[in-house]
Amino acid sequence: MTDEQIARRLQERFGYRILEYNTAGPTPFCKVSPGAIAAVCEYLRDDPDLRFDSCMCVSGVDYGKDLGVVYHLHSMSKRHKCVLHVDLPREDPHVPTVSHIWSTADWHEREAYDLFGVVFDGHPDLRRILLPDDWEGYPLRKDYVTPEYYNGMRVAFNEEKQGKHGGSWRGEIYLTEEER
Amino acid sequence: MQPPQEITKITADMKGDARIVGGFKKLGDNIVLTSVDYLIKWARLSSLWPMTFGLACCAIEMMATGAPRYDLDRLGAGVFRPSPRQSDVMIVAGTVTLKMASRIKRLFEQMPEPRYVIAMGGCATCGGPYWNYGYHVLKGVDEVVPVDVYVPGCPPRPESLIEGIIQLQEKIREKETKLATEKGGAAPGEKA
Repeated sequence: MTDEQIARRLQERFGYRILEYNTAGPTPFCKVSPGAIAAVCEYLRDDPDLRFDSCMCVSGVDYGKDLGVVYHLHSMSKRHKCVLHVDLPREDPHVPTVSHIWSTADWHEREAYDLFGVVFDGHPDLRRILLPDDWEGYPLRKDYVTPEYYNGMRVAFNEEKQGKHGGSWRGEIYLTEEER
Repeated sequence: MQPPQEITKITADMKGDARIVGGFKKLGDNIVLTSVDYLIKWARLSSLWPMTFGLACCAIEMMATGAPRYDLDRLGAGVFRPSPRQSDVMIVAGTVTLKMASRIKRLFEQMPEPRYVIAMGGCATCGGPYWNYGYHVLKGVDEVVPVDVYVPGCPPRPESLIEGIIQLQEKIREKETKLATEKGGAAPGEKA
């Protein structure tokens, strides 16, 4: 099935909960209401014409104003793809988990939680996956400020080391006026 | 037979009836003389067993260095150990994240003395490409463990790593004067 046919099927079935079918970009996508994402995903997996048996990726996105989650789905048997978007408020980003639909999504959702702070409700084991457990903040958010120290280790580059490793450092030419 | 003269320092100009090979003085066919210090250093630098510590793309070059084409075994440094207890040198090959840094420190402390560290590549030396914007990268492994040799490159070619190991051997041969026993305390029969 084409993207348009899949989108139409979803709109017929879920109505107003499919907020938008967007074809502006290179990859068309359906924008889904956050509360309906689990039901939509379950329908996409189980419908005999759709059979999305593979969740390729669940990504967190920071759009600046809002946060978002993007689902890339693929059907091995039907050989078609589909992209779903969910927009979430920055202050309290909650979205239902899809890890019970595709177990692949388990770790993907943990990664999005780790780096963007998106909370997946109903996830069996929502904790950090890449960063250490005692890390503070969500580093891939655009407003994240790098800490000066982590567990007594200096995070920022130590300027005093420049001389130690010999030679002059010429990276300044890549800095903007402000950063200098 | 006359007792041989005590050798305090072995230099290249010690010529005579005895043949000097490296730091060894050969007397006849079956007797070799040298200082204990030199012998221990020679043994130490000839069997630097590295700890398997590949963290990123530098590890690929480290593996290539250990493989037959570059053949790290020529230097006696090809026996990669999976345990810090059996290793002499830790080749930190790759990006050191903050999460890994505490593990590196612990593994280094588990290595028996004398122990050495080679920082391989830009990341392990000073953070490499993550020097400014890497919130998760330690800016040089020398922030947590003492480094003996820095090998530049991104990643360094196997020739560079071999040069680094040779430099470390030279360092052990030339710069290191104390025996291992003296590091943790006095050698037998000596004042602390």
